[in-house]
Amino acid sequence: MMVFAFYLFAISVIAGGLFTVISRNPVHSVLWLILSFLSSAGLFVLLGAEFVAMLLIIVYVGAVAVLFLFVVMMLDVDFAELKAEMAKYMPLALLIGLVILMQFVMAFGAWETNAAAEGLRTQAISGDVQNTAALGLVLYDDYFLLFQLAGLILLVAMIGAIVLTLRHRVDLKRQNVVAQMMRDPAKAMDLIDVKPGQGL
Amino acid sequence: MVEFFTQTGLGIGLLITGQVLLIMLPLLLCLAFLMYADRKIWAAVQMRRGPNVVGVFGLLQSFADLLKYVVKEVVIPAGADRAVFLLAPMISLVMALIAWAVIPFNEGWVLSDINVAILYVFAISSLEVYGVIMGGWASNSKYPFLGSLRSAAQMISYEVSIGLIIIGVIISTGSMNFTGIVHAQSGDWGILHWYFLPHFPMLILFFISALAETNRPPFDLPEAESELVAGYQVEYSSTPFLLFMIGELVAVVLMCALVSLLFFGGWLSPVPFLPDGFFWMFIKMLFVFFCFSMVKAITPRYRYDQLMRLGWKVFLPFSLFWVVFVAFAAKFEWFWGIYARWPM
Repeated sequence: MMVFAFYLFAISVIAGGLFTVISRNPVHSVLWLILSFLSSAGLFVLLGAEFVAMLLIIVYVGAVAVLFLFVVMMLDVDFAELKAEMAKYMPLALLIGLVILMQFVMAFGAWETNAAAEGLRTQAISGDVQNTAALGLVLYDDYFLLFQLAGLILLVAMIGAIVLTLRHRVDLKRQNVVAQMMRDPAKAMDLIDVKPGQGL
Repeated sequence: MVEFFTQTGLGIGLLITGQVLLIMLPLLLCLAFLMYADRKIWAAVQMRRGPNVVGVFGLLQSFADLLKYVVKEVVIPAGADRAVFLLAPMISLVMALIAWAVIPFNEGWVLSDINVAILYVFAISSLEVYGVIMGGWASNSKYPFLGSLRSAAQMISYEVSIGLIIIGVIISTGSMNFTGIVHAQSGDWGILHWYFLPHFPMLILFFISALAETNRPPFDLPEAESELVAGYQVEYSSTPFLLFMIGELVAVVLMCALVSLLFFGGWLSPVPFLPDGFFWMFIKMLFVFFCFSMVKAITPRYRYDQLMRLGWKVFLPFSLFWVVFVAFAAKFEWFWGIYARWPM
């Protein structure tokens, strides 16, 4: 059963990745990418890392990919033109791909695993704490400072992005919600008692 | 016989299918009557009669509607992306339904008792937005597209505050399992132990965020009929439209279940001398659904900039502050330790 589920998810990760690349329509590409994310979340569940799986779905599928889809849907990209542009660089791309492939082959050819490492890999945490709790202990107790520093770097990056893109436009009409709520109905409108058959 | 259902692959498959049907069928049946109740409450507030023709008091109205939707022709616009167009309503319905796998209705009445249950529900509800976006985009039409863009922004914004509110509850409980959260609210004083007292401001925030997350009025901007005709649903007809509608309502009922589990103690009895049970869960969900219907009946629709301001400038800072407050209150056991309900 587990093996069947593994192959199901593995095939759908690869198929999703493949169709992401070869889809003609960019929105379809993003949708295939989402399938790929979801299937890798399934693989994490099979590994017993349910917390990471849920975070993958919440962060990547629920937030990042939505914004991605948002942007791709609004952009009007002419793909025929882009493809023609890409064909020029095809030989260079093939060369780089070949080099990376060779490196992978060499790396995996010389790959050896210590026999003791196999046991550590299957039992990364001691059995008496739950997966999520173990992750929390590692992040907030053992590596507290590093974790906070990582957060600080993200904060700086966020502020930087906001500063770079912030423009104060003067030609916009801005809504002042507080002022709108504080308006006095008696001053804003007149109640007129209209007599029947007369009108105003 | 017992071995067949717990040992063999086929037996386990049959057992799980049976359990799934046991959740789905009553849920969908209840849904038909909830839809009727929604319309009746709405009508009563506006001093109309509401549906009263099909069946006694119009009770079978939803079934008549269902039949009407199913037998009509499926119209697919000429410029639409067929596959995505038909996939969108299915995603909308399936995402709303699979979240129920981890919702407990009573002690042990849960399909899958996983320890990240609340994160699972949160993850699934963040996927629901795809049905709307895909439907709006695939229709290849302006109003649906605008509706889906609005919806994407709206749902992401309010997920942030829902997430922070849930974190407050998780800190108080020390567990992400719904059964654990309900057990943390049990005690000798019944109703006084439920989270709605210590987490009171968050109950209101969660309720309003749930309205926005499920595109219910007053936040139904993705389908605002006065501006966008019907938003992302414009081009849909027949069964695909029905799937969207059911998916939306299932998501609403799911939010009702979440409110009762997180803040009203799930299946726990409000008074100590009455037994706990499924009955209480059901009553609480109905009560929350009644509140949803009343809000729909009595509030005018928000403007889009008001909606975004409320989400990012009011709810987000307040719920973030509350997480910090709950963390301190739980750690140092302020207020007689009502924020620290960790299992000893």
